[in-house]
Amino acid sequence: MNKFIRGLIWILAIVLVTAATAFALAGIGLIFGNTFELHPINWFVGALVGVVVPLYVRYRQIPLIRGLFWQLIATVIGVLFVSFIRLAMGLKAAGGSYLFTEHAWVFGGFVGTLAFLAAHGVMGDWFKWWRGIDTPDHHEDPAGWTKFLGPSLDHKVIGIQYTVVAILLLVIGGTFALIFRTELSFEGKQFLEAAQYNTLMSLHGMIMIVSILLGISGLMNYLVPLLIGAHDMAFPRLNAFSFWIAVPAAVWLLMSMPLGGVETGWTGYPPLSANPAKIGQQMFFLGVIVAGWSSILGALNLLVTVFRMRAKGMTAFRLPIFVWASIATSLIALTATQLIGLSFQMVMFQRLFGMGFFDPDKGGNPVLFQHLFWFYSHPAVYVFILPGLGVVSELLPPLIRKPLFGYKWIAMSSLGIALVGFLVWAHHMFTSGMNEYLRVPFMYSTLLVAVPTGVKFFSWVATIWKGKIPTPMPSAFLFTVGAIIVFLMGGLTGPPNATVSTDLHLHDTYWIVGHFHDTLFGGFVFPFFAALYYWFPKATGRRMNETLGKWHFWLMTPSFFVLSLGMMRIGLLGMRRRIFDYDKALGFQTWHIVLTVAAFLIALSVLIFIINLIKSVKNGEPAEGNIWNSRSPEWQVASPMPAHNYDTPFEVVGEPYDYGLPGSKYVEFMKK
Amino acid sequence: MRHYITVGILVIVAAFGTYFGLDALELMPEAASAQAGPIDWLWNYQVIAISFLFALIVVPLVYSLIVFRRKKGDTSDAEHIEGNTNLEIGWTIAPLFIVMVFAYMGSYSLSEVRRADPQAMIVKVHARQFSWTFEYPEQGGFMSNELHLPVDRQVLLQMDSTDVIHSFWIPEFRVKQDVVPGRVTELRITPTLINLPSQPYKVRCAELCGSAHYSMESKVFVSDESTFQQWAAEQLAAYAAAQTPEAKGELLAKNNGCFGCHSPVGAALVGPTWKGLFGSQVQLSNGTTVTADEAFILDSILNPQATIVAGFEGASAMPAYAFTEEELSYIVAYIMSLK
Repeated sequence: MNKFIRGLIWILAIVLVTAATAFALAGIGLIFGNTFELHPINWFVGALVGVVVPLYVRYRQIPLIRGLFWQLIATVIGVLFVSFIRLAMGLKAAGGSYLFTEHAWVFGGFVGTLAFLAAHGVMGDWFKWWRGIDTPDHHEDPAGWTKFLGPSLDHKVIGIQYTVVAILLLVIGGTFALIFRTELSFEGKQFLEAAQYNTLMSLHGMIMIVSILLGISGLMNYLVPLLIGAHDMAFPRLNAFSFWIAVPAAVWLLMSMPLGGVETGWTGYPPLSANPAKIGQQMFFLGVIVAGWSSILGALNLLVTVFRMRAKGMTAFRLPIFVWASIATSLIALTATQLIGLSFQMVMFQRLFGMGFFDPDKGGNPVLFQHLFWFYSHPAVYVFILPGLGVVSELLPPLIRKPLFGYKWIAMSSLGIALVGFLVWAHHMFTSGMNEYLRVPFMYSTLLVAVPTGVKFFSWVATIWKGKIPTPMPSAFLFTVGAIIVFLMGGLTGPPNATVSTDLHLHDTYWIVGHFHDTLFGGFVFPFFAALYYWFPKATGRRMNETLGKWHFWLMTPSFFVLSLGMMRIGLLGMRRRIFDYDKALGFQTWHIVLTVAAFLIALSVLIFIINLIKSVKNGEPAEGNIWNSRSPEWQVASPMPAHNYDTPFEVVGEPYDYGLPGSKYVEFMKK
Repeated sequence: MRHYITVGILVIVAAFGTYFGLDALELMPEAASAQAGPIDWLWNYQVIAISFLFALIVVPLVYSLIVFRRKKGDTSDAEHIEGNTNLEIGWTIAPLFIVMVFAYMGSYSLSEVRRADPQAMIVKVHARQFSWTFEYPEQGGFMSNELHLPVDRQVLLQMDSTDVIHSFWIPEFRVKQDVVPGRVTELRITPTLINLPSQPYKVRCAELCGSAHYSMESKVFVSDESTFQQWAAEQLAAYAAAQTPEAKGELLAKNNGCFGCHSPVGAALVGPTWKGLFGSQVQLSNGTTVTADEAFILDSILNPQATIVAGFEGASAMPAYAFTEEELSYIVAYIMSLK
């Protein structure tokens, strides 16, 4: 009974705070000289406050809750600060469906981001050092799962934090896809408005991209220090900072929805994105810029870790292959991410301060944006896929008990892809109206990507050839093989987009949508699942359920083939990308129904995976010791790993993948 | 050795099977322009390469998964093969060679697609959210919201946009070109097939341009030269025949794409409908209500952002149009006539 009354009080508190905030916001409108109006945004912000404030009252000792609370408060303060300055200057300060002006919201967003980081405590040690107070190198993490909500400095905890948030965003972005996919099933308008469709479609793209960036960071954070024998990342505080800054970024991306939405696709091309009607566009830019910081800082940290903290004897060509892939990915992320931040920031300033970078009426050039944008956003796809391809190369040898065929060639092909990836950006712009002759060198450089990618495929096939294929196949192996085939489909459908003349037909169609879903599923989603099935026992000391794993694989893979091949099929026949409805005359409705069913089956398979994950954390079959009979150092010690990794350092005494060579060893642990 | 021969045969069978299967699916829509020729030619070689490389990777992979399965009770490792430098060099050089061949074919195909006829007929294309208008300077300068083209004659499209980036694409013609505000982009098309008036092709905007991007389509009719000339003459005659201000206004509204956002029959599209607008009480987004008189309608065309009708705040901005005073009076007269 007591519990019931307490629950009732909490619900009452939430409702009261929500309503009070909504009315207070309308009241603030009066101060700014508006009529008293209750817009949907009043109720939305009210609900945010209504949920966060009682949570704060009850759970303020949890850093995540503290951070979110102060992010909210500081955002409101920042918004009001700018609004009062505007009021004093005699400018329009408030009113309309978004309550305040764009300037106020953007400033509030920046202040809120900083407030999250300060209140959360992830910068605590830096503040102390600033004031001349010394802090210990390591902090004890609280026992139990609450450490995942706080600023832990342990790379394994941070790796898991990244991975969990990545899966969470995968679910959110996937749900958006299911919603607009359902809308598309039938000709004509169903239940969405065109603007809502565009917003869901745009955010599906960007949220999935952020999810992938966090997912690869999760894998690299957890694995790289273990694989090279380091006790942690080179800069543990920066590492925690890189993760936690992604949380406010995700909040801003989602906040773009109640503030008018994003109608531009994830690419945000001006002049469309410079249309001042939608403040959501600015929240979208803000979210991406903040997430970009996370990516740049994480890459820097990883490179320093690999360069400075390898175990004795771990020379360049004795590095685990996943580490090579991480290096290649981090080199791109460290040097190219600035460009997407820059291009979005320029549109932001065009909107806020009237700087006409991309406005032809002011002498600006809209095509310039596309060059800046794609200079990051093409290499970015290699950021997404290289770690996944590294996972494939890393998992094949122990699972089929055979050395990695052509180790050096695979390692170098990652760097080759990263290098060539910087020289191909304008292949996204063959129809853009850029200089016509420039299209030709970009066609050549783009075709060249096929060479290092081919080396990987041939080497994988040669690795599997005459290997000992495990029976029954573990889920980790199924997803590895699935990754190869799906990524092959993505790779093979690439060259028609590289040759200019065929791309004139293919550009901006569903063919492209099918093509890049193939590359991202093959290059990230499948390897990500393979890695989770493979290293889950390392992280938790328990196995995942194999039966559910097989359901996951055999449901997802055929559905995905139907989805991506179907998209390509109707794309060739005239289905444009990013459209809310399609011409009846094209007769695509049956295809769209099939695609929607396939999408729901994929979602079902991921649901099975998540159930498996949650169940196995608690009740999974215990997995002690070297369950894969791997040569890699992390499997030579207990699972889960001790707090600072290896109790005794190891020395590298052989090749990493010499399976089948009797008496050989990769690592030898030193005597205490 | 037995494995290599089996796999070799299977690769060839699978490659041919994949290619003929894909070919039988008729992947591309009808080819209706001279530019589609070199594009479909190159596409066919791309499909051949895709089929062969797909078979080359997937066949040995799947073969291994079936044939090299671990026997029951076998706990040994596989044979210790670290690599083969000659093979690696081979499968670096061979794709490099294929890539160079495709680079050559791609350049050749592109040069064929861009082949220019100095006698090409010029059509001006005006794009805006969310409609296309086609202007025929060589046929007397009339405007149309449908694209009519004579067969077997190259047309040079000179395209501009008043607001955001759009992209001109007719799938049957294959080629695509973005339309960028602040400049004129060009595209050359030579239609080669006459289509039935009941089954027109469509220009489909391929670059996301806002809420109603999906509906930014216009019909395309390809006819023989004399039918085309006849149609052009009819258009000019329609201009001449439109005597009343209302009729002139309707023609202007139709040809300038106004109906892309404003319905004359009562449906709310991206913008408010015109039906019954004149004389009605209009609620504005700033909370006030005004009577839609002549001055209000005129002001809404000239300064579309000054007053926004309630419920349309989130809609993409209406562009400002360069109408003459005379044309404006016709359009206003037409809107006033829509009771």
